Amino acid sequence: MGMLEAILITIATAATPLLIAAVGELVVERSGVLNLGVEGMMVMGAVTGFGVALMTGSPWLGFLAAIAVGALFSLLFAFLTLTLVTNQVATGLALTLLGLGLSGMIGESFVGMPGVKLGSIYIPFLTDLPLVGKLLFGQDPIFYLSLLLTGGVAYFLFRTRAGLTLRSVGDNHASAHALGINVILIRYLAVMFGGACAGLAGGYLSIVYTPQWVENMTAGRGWIALALVVFASWRPWRVLAGAYLFGAVTIGQLHAQALGIGVPSQLLSSLPYLATVIVLVLISGNRRLTMINTPASLGRPFVPDR
Amino acid sequence: MTTTLETSSANLLEVRGLTKVFGALKACDNIDLTIAKGEIHALLGENGAGKSTLVKMLFGTLEPNAGEIRWDGQPVRIANPHAARKLGIGMVFQHFSLFDALSAAENIALSLDDKTPISTIAAKAKALSYSYGLPLDPYSLVGDLSVGERQRIEIIRCLLQAPELIILDEPTAVLTPQEADKLFETLERLRSEGKSILYISHRLEEVKRMCDRATVLRHGKVVGHCDPRKETAASLARMMVGSEVQAVVRTPVEGADKATVLLKVKNLSRTPATPFSIPLRNINIDVKAGEVIGVAGVAGNGQGEFFEAVSGEVRQAEAGTVRIRGKDAGTLSITGRRLLGAAFVPEERLGHGAAPRMKLSENLLLSRYATDKRAFLGAAGVIHDGAVAAASQRIVEAMDVRKSGTDPEAASLSGGNLQKFIIGRELDRQPAVMVVNQPTWGVDAGAAARIRQSLIELARSGSAVLVISQDLDELFEISDAIAVMHNGEMSKPIPIAEATLEKIGLLMGGAEPGHVEHVAEPA
Amino acid sequence: MRIELVKRPQQSKLFSALSPFIALVLTLVAGAIMFSMLGKSPLDALYYYFVDPLREVWSLHELAIKAAPLILIAVGLSVCFLSNNWNIGAEGQFIAGALAGSILPVMYPDFQSWVVLPLMLIMGMMGGAAYAAVPALLKTRFNTNEILTSLMLVYVAQLFLDWVVRGPWRNPAGMNFPETRDFHQYAILPEIWSASGRAHWGFVFALVAAVIVWFMLTRTLRGFEVKVLGQSPRAGRFAGFSSSQMVFFAFIVSGALAGLAGISEVSGAIGQLRPTISPGYGFTAIIVAFLGRLNPLGIIAAGLILALSYLGGEAAQISIGVSDKVVRAFQGLLLFFVLGADTLIHYRIRFVGSPPRNAEVSHGNA
Repeated sequence: MGMLEAILITIATAATPLLIAAVGELVVERSGVLNLGVEGMMVMGAVTGFGVALMTGSPWLGFLAAIAVGALFSLLFAFLTLTLVTNQVATGLALTLLGLGLSGMIGESFVGMPGVKLGSIYIPFLTDLPLVGKLLFGQDPIFYLSLLLTGGVAYFLFRTRAGLTLRSVGDNHASAHALGINVILIRYLAVMFGGACAGLAGGYLSIVYTPQWVENMTAGRGWIALALVVFASWRPWRVLAGAYLFGAVTIGQLHAQALGIGVPSQLLSSLPYLATVIVLVLISGNRRLTMINTPASLGRPFVPDR
Repeated sequence: MTTTLETSSANLLEVRGLTKVFGALKACDNIDLTIAKGEIHALLGENGAGKSTLVKMLFGTLEPNAGEIRWDGQPVRIANPHAARKLGIGMVFQHFSLFDALSAAENIALSLDDKTPISTIAAKAKALSYSYGLPLDPYSLVGDLSVGERQRIEIIRCLLQAPELIILDEPTAVLTPQEADKLFETLERLRSEGKSILYISHRLEEVKRMCDRATVLRHGKVVGHCDPRKETAASLARMMVGSEVQAVVRTPVEGADKATVLLKVKNLSRTPATPFSIPLRNINIDVKAGEVIGVAGVAGNGQGEFFEAVSGEVRQAEAGTVRIRGKDAGTLSITGRRLLGAAFVPEERLGHGAAPRMKLSENLLLSRYATDKRAFLGAAGVIHDGAVAAASQRIVEAMDVRKSGTDPEAASLSGGNLQKFIIGRELDRQPAVMVVNQPTWGVDAGAAARIRQSLIELARSGSAVLVISQDLDELFEISDAIAVMHNGEMSKPIPIAEATLEKIGLLMGGAEPGHVEHVAEPA
Repeated sequence: MRIELVKRPQQSKLFSALSPFIALVLTLVAGAIMFSMLGKSPLDALYYYFVDPLREVWSLHELAIKAAPLILIAVGLSVCFLSNNWNIGAEGQFIAGALAGSILPVMYPDFQSWVVLPLMLIMGMMGGAAYAAVPALLKTRFNTNEILTSLMLVYVAQLFLDWVVRGPWRNPAGMNFPETRDFHQYAILPEIWSASGRAHWGFVFALVAAVIVWFMLTRTLRGFEVKVLGQSPRAGRFAGFSSSQMVFFAFIVSGALAGLAGISEVSGAIGQLRPTISPGYGFTAIIVAFLGRLNPLGIIAAGLILALSYLGGEAAQISIGVSDKVVRAFQGLLLFFVLGADTLIHYRIRFVGSPPRNAEVSHGNA
């Protein structure tokens, strides 16, 4: 396996959790809800996924548990913001703080334990192809799932009636309500989908990316996923591009650290975060573009009054 | 004037004793209403009389507390808009229930309950729109469309459901008189096809002209059923309001030719600030001391942008573009323009003219902290609560603002009372220049009359008043001259003596001023 | 059964006052349940968390040490949140203040004079303010989401601090430990009452800052401006207030207070720079701000309560063997309950038995 191929594969591994979490959040925001709790849901997914995989020995059960916990955890957010109409920004922050705290508590006994790994797929002949074999046909199953998820979400949003309904709720909840669309129900479902995705992304971190549990191991990836949604101006395929861009920055700086190019490792480690800021500046600077694409009801409270 | 309620098989809809209570308020109290097949039935009433609540119950967005709805003689429960559409009830909303970011066809698809593909819907919508003479491009983005075009989408969306009963909520409020005529033709055609129409309006002339029967609501109760063709506009108004409406008195302007120009707008142009806003093109207008100038126009033709530019919420590049009392103000902020003696009242009350969750006294401070700095503020900007509260009380008394509690939140006042406070807040300063956008939008008749009269009085006391309004009746009532905005341009003001509804209407529709002269000639 | 909200015509004064207490009680109940599940006696646990730390004078001093940064930061955040600016990067501004304030004692250890400490405090405030000005500038100039940028800058600040104390600023006589040299006597923030405990002047700064900001918010035009722009930006623009100016004001005030907290912590409680100088004060302060209902005087009380939970966490770990990680879970839970209870201020909650039905927000012309 060539050096370049190895790098590309690690980039894909770094990009996959960002992609999954961001695509989930994209659906949430398309329905008009801003859930800043991605980091918290992700870290809960990471700790549960790790723990369940460890206890059962099955990475798949770990993933299922991560998805379930992500969705359940997001339900907490949904209940507060959609039923009790609390401020979405503050509640999202609360979800993140709670997730970081709870996961630290739950995961205390997991620290230092070796995790259960998920193997890569192997298709005879195809995986053995030179250059592209491992890249295209020899990665872990969740990698393929993340691509399917992106395509599926793109198809759902722009090619199905249900997707149209979801977008209409995000554009104008009052109009949607007047037409008899159940705004709250649709938002509950969207938030839970986003939670499930964030949970899966967290599980991927602790089962595939670095098979171990470390407190706060998401290290801001949930926030980067949120930035990716803005970067992608709420389009699924652009999220894919953004996630791989960030995967490349992350892996690039790791390789630079390994090569010892003379720049302190801490400064290299801060590159993904600085890149996030720069990318946000470049995208948001174009006010016209952001204004057209931002779901018009994003973050606005909706009270169905009797 | 009250005809008896007949129950017959020809009735499409019968409503008995329908009641809706919000907290302590009976928004609809024991309402009876019958609509026959093939009739246009008017629902009349003031703002706040309960029309919207009644209609929402018929369309399933609100649940009645008591009462019965019969459809084709059968009792029905309309649990939600899906159920209403299934029965055959269609609705054209007053404030539209459209989605800016979606295409016309997608907007239509959202209210059709089956799974027809978008392309089929687009084709059907297009065919139907042309057959009714309301041409529509199904793939255009709603955000880019004018108000009139948006209403077409609403109507086509409604018609595509092949409803038996069509509810139209204030449909002509956003149309030019000519567009309204076109709509009436469509409605007549629907009636001839046997459809029933429930027509909500407070424009009495059009109700008299077109409707077969009328039900009048006041304070949530039915106060009468009548044949509007046998009534006069005045008698209908009396039924709606419950008493004689105070007529606005417009005294003649004295010495108009010698009066000084207090507000001058010169060559005002503005590029659109957002993707969906209108550019302003070379606007010129003068307002002299003592006069009220009206600015007519269909909503969304740049009035909001014009107001922002004149008020200084958005500044101009050149100082001479806006002159207030002879001083260049184009580059000044709204505060700077206020300090020159100007006052402004925006269209939106809650969230623009007033902060909804703040008390009335705080809302007084909102536009007065700079002009009344000495009275309201001490060292380091410490607010003199007592002085502010006293001024607030003065305004409440001067404008007869009804409220609960001594200093309630702005949002707790009714629309009319809050608007009286917001207008009174500016009048209290005796401004030399007053610019008002939609002074009586959504305001009851009593408050509207009071507001209009106070604007005329302000002008006659020597101030210049500029009123932007969609309500033509209002402008004809108070203006000394009317200019028209269309697509970001403004016509020359037409002196009230020469202005006719037809002339203004044509300008609102975008006709060239020369063309208007031509039309006016035969008269 | 489902829950329906009925909008109150006026904010409820009763629930404005009561909601933090409702949240506290709910958190205690949830905590008791959690401890029972962990097999601990809930009463014992709650005793060690919330009563035991208050029994000794020295531990009251510890309480003040922990409360000082929480209150300072949260007071600044209240200005941000009230003006609808979501600065969640106070942790980074705290570090930036600590770094800027430490320049003198670390780089110029021979400059020893009574002016050092005041200069350190001022530089700390400036450092925090400057770091907070970055998201403000990006928001006003490029329309960039301040939540994301301010948070990203936390990671950058943490990594930068880590590099500085391991690299250029490492104590030459420190046997390669990742820490700076100890601050000299003129660079140490003195204790308030050294006879009884360690509490330093940072706590006094916190109280003074809270009172000043409270006066600004409730009595002055500037405070009015903060609230108007936060509640209805459009009305604020109509009033002639500048929202971009407000973004800078809010971020710089909160950044300066976070920076002051940072340098006070370093020069008062720690005495040198280390790779980690905060147990997440910048994030916990978000909870403090909301528990104090964004009122600086309420924030004093809220800051003491959260500080108590830190101390209680340590006490409970020693006495009943509950992990100190539990505290952070508690704190997160508390914020949830605070936000949920605040709903009661604006709405009455009705439980309805009938099948779900929707209705529109009445537009006043109902």
